[in-house]
Amino acid sequence: MNLSFWLNGEYRHEEVEPDTMLLDFLREKGCYSVKCGCETSNCGLCTVLMDGKPVLSCSVPALRAEGKKIVTLEGMQKEAEEFGSFLADEGAEQCGFCNPGFIMNIFAMEQELSDPTEEEIKEYLAGNLCRCSGFVGQTRSIKKYLEYKKTQKEGAEA
Amino acid sequence: MKYVSKPIRKTDAMALVTGKPVYTNDLAPKDCLIVKVLRSPHANAWVEEIKTGTARQVSGIVAVYTYKDVPQNRFTLAGQTYPELSPYDHLILDRHLRFVGDAVAIVAGENEASVDKALKRIKVKYKVEEPVLDFHKAKDGKVLVHPENDWEAKVPVGADNRRNLCASALEESGDVDKILSECKYTVDETYHTKANQQAMMETFRTYCYMDYFGRLNVVSSTQIPFHVRRILGTALDIPSSKVRVIKPRIGGGFGAKQTSVSEIYPAFVTWKTGRPSKILYSRYESQICSSPRHEMEIRVRVGADEKGIVRAIDVYTLSNAGAYGEHSPTTVGLSGHKSIALYRHTEAYRFAYDVVYTNMQAAGAYRGYGATQGIFAVESAVNELAHKMGMDPVKIRELNMPVQGGPLPAYGDCDTAESCTMDQCMERAKEMMNWDKKYPCRDMGNGKVRGVGVAMAMQGSSIAGVDVGGADMKLNEDGSYTLGLGCADMGTGCDTILAQMAADCMETPMENIVVFGVDTDISPYDSGSYASATTYATGMAVVRACTELRGKICALGAQMLDTEPEKVDFDGEFVYCKDKKVSLKEIAVKGTCGNNQELQVTRTFSSPISPPPFMVGMAEVEVDKETGSAKVVDYVAVVDCGTPINPNLVRVQTEGGIAQGIGMALYEDIQYSDKGAIRNNSFMQYKIPSRLDIGDIRVEICGSYEPSGPFGAKSVGELVIDTPCPAITEAIYNATGVRARELPVTPEKIALGILKKDSEN
Repeated sequence: MNLSFWLNGEYRHEEVEPDTMLLDFLREKGCYSVKCGCETSNCGLCTVLMDGKPVLSCSVPALRAEGKKIVTLEGMQKEAEEFGSFLADEGAEQCGFCNPGFIMNIFAMEQELSDPTEEEIKEYLAGNLCRCSGFVGQTRSIKKYLEYKKTQKEGAEA
Repeated sequence: MKYVSKPIRKTDAMALVTGKPVYTNDLAPKDCLIVKVLRSPHANAWVEEIKTGTARQVSGIVAVYTYKDVPQNRFTLAGQTYPELSPYDHLILDRHLRFVGDAVAIVAGENEASVDKALKRIKVKYKVEEPVLDFHKAKDGKVLVHPENDWEAKVPVGADNRRNLCASALEESGDVDKILSECKYTVDETYHTKANQQAMMETFRTYCYMDYFGRLNVVSSTQIPFHVRRILGTALDIPSSKVRVIKPRIGGGFGAKQTSVSEIYPAFVTWKTGRPSKILYSRYESQICSSPRHEMEIRVRVGADEKGIVRAIDVYTLSNAGAYGEHSPTTVGLSGHKSIALYRHTEAYRFAYDVVYTNMQAAGAYRGYGATQGIFAVESAVNELAHKMGMDPVKIRELNMPVQGGPLPAYGDCDTAESCTMDQCMERAKEMMNWDKKYPCRDMGNGKVRGVGVAMAMQGSSIAGVDVGGADMKLNEDGSYTLGLGCADMGTGCDTILAQMAADCMETPMENIVVFGVDTDISPYDSGSYASATTYATGMAVVRACTELRGKICALGAQMLDTEPEKVDFDGEFVYCKDKKVSLKEIAVKGTCGNNQELQVTRTFSSPISPPPFMVGMAEVEVDKETGSAKVVDYVAVVDCGTPINPNLVRVQTEGGIAQGIGMALYEDIQYSDKGAIRNNSFMQYKIPSRLDIGDIRVEICGSYEPSGPFGAKSVGELVIDTPCPAITEAIYNATGVRARELPVTPEKIALGILKKDSEN
């Protein structure tokens, strides 16, 4: 079937089987940052943005992307480096396999919540599992990153 | 020291956080055949007849293999130094299926859809037999898991397949029964830990291809590249020289990948067909047919005198190997050796064990490797002993803990603790937790009560007299160095910390060191990343290689300066003597022109001892008295890992280990149906902690200096999973009076325990 959509800012016309999931389709198209950690929508590794909202690409048929804007970490390299450096400074990226989905969801959170508390951060990201870090290093990095962004914004406004 | 003991960013960090294609499945060629395995629906059955004709006819199917097609050499999938202590009880495919999920057939095809279709078309007639699913009944039971005649234990570990015994032994020192009878206070209880999945985010996966020399190249997410090379040689009945194993970045291991879980299938397919192939384990397969923690039941008898001195410990461990014996004779040893040794005044001990085969998922290596189970049992028993005496559980430990220069009873891998700050760890943990104020519990006034609990732990640093670390240090033409490694960074950061050590040894910026690993054709031999060996053993190999290379650089520099090597010095940038100097870059260039002295050194390190790291863990747990739900609101961990090479990575290892331990204590449990099928076959049913389940985890390092380690370092990675189970169950006891001796401590167990206590009062 035909599928027309935006992938990381580029308008694409693709052929896709009706039973292909977005996760597999995106990897076929070279978006290797999108990872599969389970088959049951439990781990959050396959999180991508669809029209700015986070979705689990393992559970979304590729055809659902028709007319939509799909963004993966490949499309947010600068932002990934920016947040990622905070994560790396805690050593909390560890094996890195959960990082792309987790980081995409942080970008979604930034859009949705302004100045979130630690509890709100944890709740928003509850669906992003990590087996290496014990989460606390991730939380530290998010708080430092948000603080940095806030100062940056205030600096720009001043 | 410019890099050692500094919180250096991991050298691969930016590639990982930006989602670069660095893992096995990102790198696999697009034309790989897809390999899948037909799994047994029965716990104990024989293939009577298997028809693959219609499966082979599915368009796109390239090969279907059954037990008739595979070599008949038994082997073990355990990643251990040869001769492995694990029995040779595996075939690639066997007529006898020993657990639900055991491999029946291998299918390879051009795409996933055709492989899935072919799997459904394989017709198997099974002769189903009664399974043994209760590990208490396995030893000398009537059902034999491995009745075959070619079963073999390469090393005498008390194994006997005719008795379902994978290992059995008794170690004794002194008269335990006599001393226990003299003790004023004794505890005699049995503790039960369950099988747990490592649940690393990247499941098992491997791809293979043939090269232009007709050799089998294997790219795999593994902790044990060199062992995989040997295992595949044996399993495929080909010379190991025909096998090359490459490890890319790995998405977590935790011991799961210390067993060669996925490699044999695509390796066999590629070897037979000559075509590249790959296997990706689903999470379902990773849950039902991989290598989880051994379920253990541990009886502890422990006695103390009236002053609280622990005088005797008796440990009996019954361990459930499951259907195959990977890591079974070895994990069990740690349940006694690393628990009894925590009590330095022990005058007599006994440690006995049986490891039994059952028709359940085969267990393997999981962070802690048996110590986690043993420490849960012994630390719980000591907590119970303290309560019997009316003594603070911290106090009894202060009286009995390991001390620097003191003995380590039953440990076996070194007589004394040459480096140990357990006393300072305890003191600091007490302060951080505000123990004296919080012990035993605080009623929060809203139906909730918070209790605190404590435990100690120790592990090893490499397997004494066995593990080999390897490092190859080379000066390149441009004055940079290449550090070749054979150990496997699985996300822990060993590629980084070993480069930190090398940079300080060579007095060069870290950017000047390229780390390379792992390729069994090129890397120096290294037994692999397990047994808490890498920092310690491979670290020492790095130090040795660098020391020697410095000598060679000085020698060539001296030659260029027209002087004797003894008269020069090297500061990382220049080789110099009184008034002359030559730069590293000039020496490097000289190394490539008219030179007979290679500027490359490979060194190996194996230690006759295994110096233990130590730690204290304290948990504060909030229990809802109505529902029994328990949450760890605060966890304090103070760790003695010798010199922390990278304090950031020590901290994150500790935080991660404690979170995994919280999962083991409160949630994780592999459960079976009465037919032997695993109920928790996805992340829906098998709950690992999410970030909502983890409260504060506060980590401090209380370093010592280990004289035998690189820069004074010991291990940390495994140690840190050992305290949560006993500390959390103790905190729950202090909050509610309910003593949990079986893990996980679910809300049901707590609520029912509270009801039972209330009805008794």
